[in-house]
Amino acid sequence: MRLYGTEIASRLMLGTAQYPSPAALGEAFRRSGAGIATVSVRREAGGERAGAAFWDLIRELGVQILPNTAGCHSAREAVTTARMARELFDTNWIKLEVIGHADTLQPDPFGLVEAARILTDDGFQVFPYTTEDVVLADRLLAAGCEVLMPWGAPIGTGLGLTNIYGLRTLRAQFPDVPMVVDAGLGLPSQAAMAMEMGYDAVLLNTAVAKAGDPAAMAEGFARAVEAGRLACEADPMEPRDMAAPSTPVIGRAFLE
Amino acid sequence: MKIMVNGEGRDVSAETLAALLDELGYGDGRVATALNEDFVPAAARGATRLAPGDRVEVVAPRQGG
Repeated sequence: MRLYGTEIASRLMLGTAQYPSPAALGEAFRRSGAGIATVSVRREAGGERAGAAFWDLIRELGVQILPNTAGCHSAREAVTTARMARELFDTNWIKLEVIGHADTLQPDPFGLVEAARILTDDGFQVFPYTTEDVVLADRLLAAGCEVLMPWGAPIGTGLGLTNIYGLRTLRAQFPDVPMVVDAGLGLPSQAAMAMEMGYDAVLLNTAVAKAGDPAAMAEGFARAVEAGRLACEADPMEPRDMAAPSTPVIGRAFLE
Repeated sequence: MKIMVNGEGRDVSAETLAALLDELGYGDGRVATALNEDFVPAAARGATRLAPGDRVEVVAPRQGG
């Protein structure tokens, strides 16, 4: 899978938040085989040095870093946060989040497009956290995004793919654009379904970090992503309403 | 002078952003900065003068989804 010209071996992208311990985070990443880790920036007090410790932990994972602008509610906040993240993590990649609604954490489509354009012009490679809206997708591509990350469901809900029609339509409309289902996944079967539908990758965090055994769940997701991708590449059969015998009818005994 | 640092009121003597980070004990920590909601690159902190009422943000790498 190529994202902004970078070859990524795994189609599973994993967040780094909410794990019970740094060791659990490390073990989950090892079992998942994830090639990309999402991270964030947050306020730090003088002498705290928590950022440096986390930076060391992340670099040990040996994965591509994708900083986010989580929690930003305006294009301006997101742009400033992205620029701070670029300096801290030494990458032009940014997972662009501009949140428009407190309860659903739904993206603000207007702020998202505005920030995507500013950041692209500033040399960023933008991964917009978006909805399944095809018009918004079109605007984001026009703003310079080369990857789209539609939600499966609101962040942290674990509801899976809540608008299958919308996700199918989006995938069909832009067949050549790398797309990652980001957010809302709770179970490996949901990740497999996204991959079967032709999505290039999935990004999740809570489903693994909040599982009773994060490492086992990470491996479960890794296998599901692989299974779904294989199925997609294997050209699945068309569903049909009527039964059709799979065992040959000709040569059956007792046939008069 | 009185400024805001990470949302908290502080009375500081530093006149530049670089001096402020030293005064508050950031030293060589891995941090990025913004002044009045605009990013200030590390290389520009020494030449970035502070004024009363300024709002400074100092952030570092953290876990994220």
